[in-house]
Amino acid sequence: MMRLPAFTYLAPPTVAEAARAVVEHGGEAMLVAGGTDLYPNMKRRQFEPKVLIGLGAIRELRGVSGRAREGLRIGPTTTLTAVARHPEIARHYGALATAAGLVSSPQLRNMGTIGGNVCVDTRCNYYNQAYEWRKAIGFCMKKDGDICLVAPSSSRCWAVSSSDTAPVLWSLGARVRLVGATGERTMPVEALYRDDGIEYLAKRPDEVLADILLPPADGWTSAYLKLRRRGSFDFPVLGVAVALRIEGAVVRDAKIVLGAVASLPRSAPAAASALVGERLTPEVITRVADLAAGPAKPLDNTDYAHFYRKKMTRVFVARALRRLGGLDGEGRAEEEVA
Amino acid sequence: MKTRLSLTVNGETHEVLVPVHKTLLEVLREDLGLTGTKHGCELGECGTCTVLVEGEPVLSCLALPVEMEGRAITTVEGMAEGSTLHPLQQAFAELGAAQCGYCTPGILLTAQRLLEDNPVPTRTEIKEALAGNLCRCTGYTKILDAVELAALRMGRQPAAGR
Amino acid sequence: MGTTPDPSRSMLSEGAKPPSMEKHEFSVIGRPLPKIDAWAKVTGETKYADDLFLPRMAYGKILRSPHPHALIRRIDTTRARALPGVYAVITGWDLPRVKFGILPVSQDEEALCTEKVRMVGDAVAAVAAADEETAARACELIDVEYEPLASLMSIEESLGHPEVRIHEYGDGPNVHKNVSLQFGDVEAAFARADLVREDVFFFEGNTHLPMEQHAAVAAWGPDGKLTLWSSTQTPHYVHRLLAKILDVPAAHIRVIATAVGGAFGGKLDPFAHEIAACKLSQLTGRPVKIACTREEVFYIHRGRHPVLMWIKTGFTQDGGITGCHLKTWLDGGAYGSYGVASVFYTGVINPVTYKIPVYKFEGARIFTNKPPCGPKRGHGTPQPRFALECQIDKAAEQLGLDPAEMRKRILHEPFTKTANHLTVTTIGLGECIDKVVEASGWRRKWKGWCRPPALPAQPVLGEASEGAVTSAPSDKKRGIGIACSAYLTGAGTAIYWNSMPHSGVLLRADRGGGIAVLCGATDIGQGSDSILAYLPAEILGIDPKDIRVHAADTDLTPVDLGSYSSRVTLMCGTAAIQAAERLKGAIAEATGRKLGVAPQRLAFRDRKVGVPDDWDKAIPFAQAVELAESMHGVLAFAGSYAPPKRAGKYKGGGVGPSPCYSYSACVVDLTVDEESGEVELHDVWIAHDIGRALNPLLVEGQVEGSVYMGIGEALMEAQIFRKGLHKNPSMLEYKSPTTLETPEIHTILVETDDPEGPFGAKEAGQGPLLPVIPAIANAVYDAVGVRIDEIPIVPEKILKGLELRRQGKPPRVGPERIPLFTFKEPIVVESAFGQPAEAMAARPFADAPSSGDSR
Repeated sequence: MMRLPAFTYLAPPTVAEAARAVVEHGGEAMLVAGGTDLYPNMKRRQFEPKVLIGLGAIRELRGVSGRAREGLRIGPTTTLTAVARHPEIARHYGALATAAGLVSSPQLRNMGTIGGNVCVDTRCNYYNQAYEWRKAIGFCMKKDGDICLVAPSSSRCWAVSSSDTAPVLWSLGARVRLVGATGERTMPVEALYRDDGIEYLAKRPDEVLADILLPPADGWTSAYLKLRRRGSFDFPVLGVAVALRIEGAVVRDAKIVLGAVASLPRSAPAAASALVGERLTPEVITRVADLAAGPAKPLDNTDYAHFYRKKMTRVFVARALRRLGGLDGEGRAEEEVA
Repeated sequence: MKTRLSLTVNGETHEVLVPVHKTLLEVLREDLGLTGTKHGCELGECGTCTVLVEGEPVLSCLALPVEMEGRAITTVEGMAEGSTLHPLQQAFAELGAAQCGYCTPGILLTAQRLLEDNPVPTRTEIKEALAGNLCRCTGYTKILDAVELAALRMGRQPAAGR
Repeated sequence: MGTTPDPSRSMLSEGAKPPSMEKHEFSVIGRPLPKIDAWAKVTGETKYADDLFLPRMAYGKILRSPHPHALIRRIDTTRARALPGVYAVITGWDLPRVKFGILPVSQDEEALCTEKVRMVGDAVAAVAAADEETAARACELIDVEYEPLASLMSIEESLGHPEVRIHEYGDGPNVHKNVSLQFGDVEAAFARADLVREDVFFFEGNTHLPMEQHAAVAAWGPDGKLTLWSSTQTPHYVHRLLAKILDVPAAHIRVIATAVGGAFGGKLDPFAHEIAACKLSQLTGRPVKIACTREEVFYIHRGRHPVLMWIKTGFTQDGGITGCHLKTWLDGGAYGSYGVASVFYTGVINPVTYKIPVYKFEGARIFTNKPPCGPKRGHGTPQPRFALECQIDKAAEQLGLDPAEMRKRILHEPFTKTANHLTVTTIGLGECIDKVVEASGWRRKWKGWCRPPALPAQPVLGEASEGAVTSAPSDKKRGIGIACSAYLTGAGTAIYWNSMPHSGVLLRADRGGGIAVLCGATDIGQGSDSILAYLPAEILGIDPKDIRVHAADTDLTPVDLGSYSSRVTLMCGTAAIQAAERLKGAIAEATGRKLGVAPQRLAFRDRKVGVPDDWDKAIPFAQAVELAESMHGVLAFAGSYAPPKRAGKYKGGGVGPSPCYSYSACVVDLTVDEESGEVELHDVWIAHDIGRALNPLLVEGQVEGSVYMGIGEALMEAQIFRKGLHKNPSMLEYKSPTTLETPEIHTILVETDDPEGPFGAKEAGQGPLLPVIPAIANAVYDAVGVRIDEIPIVPEKILKGLELRRQGKPPRVGPERIPLFTFKEPIVVESAFGQPAEAMAARPFADAPSSGDSR
């Protein structure tokens, strides 16, 4: 049986105390919410914190409040199941409900939180392996080693951002509030991510993700498509999040963000701006899909061949646009289109 | 370093003295002797170790008992009422839905929650609910049949009383 | 007679006809009863090996090699021994220095490697400690000095580097086994043909992935006696081999197979964790449990061989086969395991399905530095079946024949021999094809051989190039495919040569009317324990509930060889029938005396024994048992089964013979997404010739499970390696289909009442996997006109095929070449094709035919 290494467990009642506890224990402490990402990693000895600070007891971190008209506030320890099923989210921020509902398996979504998915560790099939496996192949720089096994000549780690909800939140213009031991800050969700497989979050260790803030829905529609081998369990090896504001069949505003093709979610601004002022015709969709695939730079470190993931970026962007434009022939994809 | 915890499993309260890093799966099996909960990967990748916490299917291999105090835990051993099997257990036995039987406890509990939420699920809804439980023996066919049969029987019970 | 076929009969008289298929009045047989262990399984009561917790038990852990190929220079366990909580640390030097292997011809394994490791995951040392965590920590403290050697990770590498030797034995450098058999003149057969096709196929390896990880508990008592509880499919072979490996008299060893949480062939060898647990228990004086992690299960493997295949077949205008020549190269991995049998199985079963008058087979198993391959569901036969069925589809296109119709025309004749001297009895394949064609709407759905129009030069997104957007996206193409197969119902020979029964059953009647059935058979989920209750219940006219089955315990139960080769229902079932008939005879004799009637007149039903036309005087079964015990003493009867001796009289003729063969036909309906290359399965129709369904529910379950496993192999499962390591040793990255990838499976059972099977039954647990894979490949071709001659059929390959089509090249994705390799000079034997199944000596241990008459 794979077992957890030993640790001490703290359950502070407030965000401030949680942040303080991290500082108190220096580099030895980690925050944990649902545990569905951290515990497997700990069992594989990818993380070996001496102290775990559980966020489960902090009430202020849980639940969804507000109205789509003014914008919603999602508590980061709200489970993925709760996000996926939340009527206001499903109606006005469809892609987010879709993405949350596509994470791993039903059981895991009952435990895993949206905050955990936003902060989910980057993945690589040289890294997400047991200790003995990593030792046998030679440790990589993400843990215990000093080279990248995917790109040995590279000085950086190329582990892949594997969040389903992050690209969607980015496309929806979400902001996050971080509370640290010495103060708090609020920033666009994209500012949370760094282009590095190891230091992939711009969050300080003591900072607690305290709020996920969605802007007013305000005429936006959104879609999320996920590429993976199976309809359950699997992480995305490509995620396509598209949010559009359409007035009278003309796209007035657009955002396209790709997941799982780099160490952070990748936005495709050139593709998005090519949509503005256009109607979603097949020709426009083809052109935009070509543009959107540009920023996708998958490497050979996940399931499916990397050239295939690159190729599918174009296909999936086109599909998402067709769906939002009502051109996909399958018509009603209501869960995915709000 | 061990912690004293009070866990409510199948309606019974147990005091256990366990290391805090021991998972619910390990405590159920090794400290409470409830070996009906199985394990296939211990990494949340197969669904075999599913138990219900406050009625919700969760992966006991990734759950910490320290977070489970005061929450009702149900394992397969708690599905029957006394000597009366849950209709799902009955249907699984009758239709051959358990071959090697190893994934069966996790699937039964997941299905139990499904039928509580959705007493008349479509076959697609059953597949979606059970998409987090791998089975290598059955091709799922008899499992889906058994959930349908149990749903039918559970639906009939109130009707018969009218 | 004229009622049931006599199950103890194995005589096939000259010109024997299939028995009639009258409907029989059975009380148990044919009914969809719950399995006898179903209740324990749905309540969580069933104890699997890791569920055993014994007083004072220690926990063991194995240290495994991080190198694919290396010499062991030094092992120092000092630091590990010093760790508090560690009870014992062993290496291979603590065990008798004896190599072992499941087959007598491949004794090439050590429980713990002493001088050399041959794969990542090879066991090197083992620890027993107070808990699993301490044992794991102790493993980290064992210092092993390796001298890495060049590693060989593919057939090509192993053949190309004879200077690197994985083993010192075999049929050449890194060649474990090289075989060649010829039955008739294939070149002449090809000269006669209207169409000769040569095709090359590759089938990637995959693994069993049982949900239960392997585990074992050993308790070596102060009396010097050892008990091993293990998740094994073959307690008998483990028993025999433990005696050799541990150098302890077999009489002092007891092996008990616990409930097995899935196996599929993956729990058929003796394993390091079992052996280490025994030794550690001896040293510590404590019970020792070793439960493998999921990753270790991937290293234990013994799964599907990667096989490269070249197949050349001659066809006549009307679809007939003039002859077939098959070459196979198996990537065997690091050890022999069942590999010699595997290599034969890639060749010998193909001729059982269709009329192949002339046949040549050449096969080689190559050692590589990967976990050893072995017997996974279908053992060696799914790979060549994929090749043959896809080639037949290609030939049908060239000949302009409906592939379902073509297959029906060329079915092997029942009760005749194949080219390679296998005796075939009943064949229900024609009916199977009819049934799946009918149920699937084949005639309506199959598009014929007109190929889809050529694709435009550029891939299209949406319908841009066609202007208007239509409602149904035309990038999704529907397709339908068919394939057939045959499989053996039990290997005709044991793993070690002997004349003893392959299966034995002891029946003991108690005075309350209950029956205890003791048999070495191992229920791995397929329901063999239930079969052992149903058959005596049927014969004795009692309820299966009145029977308690005690199985798979080498101290208590007569030997059954194990749950492999689809042998269990037929062999232990026939032995159980013999034992039950013998008990019945004893009860009838006593009851007849009491009632003053001839024993032959008595019927046994509804828990009573009496004369059918004077049923009021029938006496309760329990009372009849008391009468019988008063007359005969203790009522304990044995039954034995050994297959008819039919091995072909040539070297290698021992692999392939079986009492009878099952047949399956499968139609798959799917959609291929031309944009993404993804395949969505809609429906699978499978008709299976089961001989007789002793319990249709269990048979359907076996068929559905086989279809499921075939789907996984066809579309996503792959045991693959990178830099010497398993690429994806986890449940997450080794892709096993979930409910969402599994289509609706429509199972149709065809009964042929085979004279060899118990009540006419044949196998169900393996054969139905075989046609699924080629049916999927053929359906993909029907959908998008692309031949994927390489398993698994993943989206990347389909897109590559579509791209080739766009470029006007042959739309085929698959291996392009075969290794430069010299097979042995063939053993040339005359083809036995079409010879009648001759009259032969009665099966060993069978009773005289009259004994079954009272039924």
